[in-house]
Amino acid sequence: MIENLVLSSADAVPAVSTAAQWSWLVVAIPLASAGLLLVLGSVADKWGHLVGVAASAAAFVVGLWTFIDLLSRPVVERAQDVAVFDWISGPLDLDVGLRVDQLSLAFVLLVTFVGTLIHIYSVAYMAHDPDRRRFFAYLNLFVAAMLLLVMADSYVVLFIGWEGVGLASYLLIGFWNQREEYAVAAKKAFIANRVGDVGMLIAMMIMFSELGSLRMDEVLGAAESMSATTATLIGLALLLAACGKSAQFPLQSWLGDAMAGPTPVSALIHAATMVTAGVYLVVRSGPIFEQAPGARLAVLIVGAITLLYGAIVGCAKDDMKKALAASTMSQIGYMMLAAGLGPVGAVFAIMHLLTHGFFKAGLFLGAGSVMHAMADQVDMRRFGALDKVMKVTWLTFMMGWLAILGVPPFAGFFSKDKIIEQAFVAPAGQLWQGWVFGLVALLGAGITAFYMSRLFFLVFYGKARWTDGQHPHESPALMTVPMMILALGSVFLGLVLTMIKFDDYLAPALVEGHHGEPVVNAYVIMGTTLALVVVGAWIAWVKFGSAKANVPVLPPAADGLVRAARADLYQDTVNNALLVRPGQALVRVATQTDDQVVDGAVRGLAWLLQGVGALVARVQNGYARSYAATMLAGVILLVAIVLAGRM
Amino acid sequence: MSVMAYLILASVLFTIGAVTVLVRRNSIVVFMGVELMLNAANLAFLAFSRMWGDFAGQLAAFFVMVVAAAEVVVGLAIIVALFRTRRTVSVDDENLLRH
Repeated sequence: MIENLVLSSADAVPAVSTAAQWSWLVVAIPLASAGLLLVLGSVADKWGHLVGVAASAAAFVVGLWTFIDLLSRPVVERAQDVAVFDWISGPLDLDVGLRVDQLSLAFVLLVTFVGTLIHIYSVAYMAHDPDRRRFFAYLNLFVAAMLLLVMADSYVVLFIGWEGVGLASYLLIGFWNQREEYAVAAKKAFIANRVGDVGMLIAMMIMFSELGSLRMDEVLGAAESMSATTATLIGLALLLAACGKSAQFPLQSWLGDAMAGPTPVSALIHAATMVTAGVYLVVRSGPIFEQAPGARLAVLIVGAITLLYGAIVGCAKDDMKKALAASTMSQIGYMMLAAGLGPVGAVFAIMHLLTHGFFKAGLFLGAGSVMHAMADQVDMRRFGALDKVMKVTWLTFMMGWLAILGVPPFAGFFSKDKIIEQAFVAPAGQLWQGWVFGLVALLGAGITAFYMSRLFFLVFYGKARWTDGQHPHESPALMTVPMMILALGSVFLGLVLTMIKFDDYLAPALVEGHHGEPVVNAYVIMGTTLALVVVGAWIAWVKFGSAKANVPVLPPAADGLVRAARADLYQDTVNNALLVRPGQALVRVATQTDDQVVDGAVRGLAWLLQGVGALVARVQNGYARSYAATMLAGVILLVAIVLAGRM
Repeated sequence: MSVMAYLILASVLFTIGAVTVLVRRNSIVVFMGVELMLNAANLAFLAFSRMWGDFAGQLAAFFVMVVAAAEVVVGLAIIVALFRTRRTVSVDDENLLRH
């Protein structure tokens, strides 16, 4: 039935290629698998994970087919809108459709490829979990929702995917919800995301009231004729949505706690894919931001703040996963910053997103492997000297580490360095912007080098500080092979993307932009960045890696900044004081009003009726004689009335 | 004798019957009160029948008597049944209908 609809609508619009027509399978296969695994229940416990892996791999194959087909088309015809089915018709006309273009397919390939690797990894990682089937069902649900999000051709369909990934993220963070703090972390993530979703809804409402459409081609096509105010409002609302999903300042607080989920979840959802949805949204809505310099500046500021914020928090965290989460936040800050720079930066935002998807997923899988070896311990002060016992994990982790540091020729160098360089480009007449954002990005690179090296050295070098009775061992091949593949990506992806001229490939899907010159020479920037990276890594080596470094097992007393960073720069305290406590007070007032005024009225009425009833009930005493007397009195009354009427 | 005398007698009888029903506890006596009220009505029927020279009133009195006889049969049977199960004929003890 769906095929028929596709075919019939394909006749009307310019020819859509066969591969594109079938691209809905990319979403449908993992969705069907998720449904199957959830519906079948424990029947599928034995083979559920295989179905999950197969569904993800099948989605990758379909995605790859579509991608190859896209490459075979002339550049101007590469973007295709595929109608899938009519959802709502009438005054509100909503068709569910997919947009197959350079940008969406870059995401599809990232999500399905990294997703499949993480599925494979999870088979071993979750092998001893009784709920492995449910885990794979949720993972597939996530993949389906994420693909719907990136392939949507209208903001409504995008919103469905947007909520879908939020749901999957909630379910997976709280996967071990028998631990109360994990369940709380899941709820925290869900609620923080809800705040962002309000922004998404507001943006859609403004679009619909201004343009009467939510289709991306129509909205983005009409962006040029939008007034600056409208565009700024939409842009800011979209930025709020992006902040929620991508854990950007000021909605960043949930990401650290989201590490409560199983490590593959952290790798897939909270590092490689879902948290980058905000960047995707900003890049996809580029034409709107082009019209709204104010909103673009807001994106830049949010990105700059978050990249420093995450980096500072990352320096002080002893929990391996939380340090990586802070790093993710910081790296997405880089992407946001780049996305805010306009089309020229957006290319590198997406490129960094792809390379980051590989190396950060690899780092997380490495972290999972270490945790697997150390009986689920996450305190890095309890690691050390793991390089000898976990050679594969150590080497793959090293690739990821070099990649995130931006050491040439590893992947991060090609993407992050470009972002830093672009951050130094100042718009005409706004020279300060180039300096401020450029220096922030530069400083961020130095701090990144420090905290990632600290993490790497704490885990793999120095003296063994293991708790008693631990016998670390290398993980099984099902886990190490995905790590190796991701490590390969961490090494070569940046180089490959640069060689195949990824920016030229992606450019048609973005707004046209003009290259500007950075305020300082590009080579100076590159040199300074590398110098800062080396300095950061060297400090980390001296303090945490070298043989002389003495790492205390318990976090030592520290000055204010470190204490603040350990407490996530007091984000929870601030949120509690500003939002949670006033919110709770409001709720208390509301419940009291409800209890005393609304319910009070109802209870009062009930009390009144009961009293009247009790009075009346006395008449019903069960004595036949009193009933007879009542009857007699009634008859006498009636006769009297009749007689009185006669007179 | 004028009709009035009969009517006064009928009202007196009816009142006695009604008071009996309301005041006495023994259900057999209550029953007798009911009969007294019926017969007071019968007396009024007959007096009016005589006054108008119309037999319809007498006919009505016959109907009342027949119905009263039938009612006595059923009523006494109920009282006997009640007495057998509850060892009392007091109407005030039979207040279960309240519940």
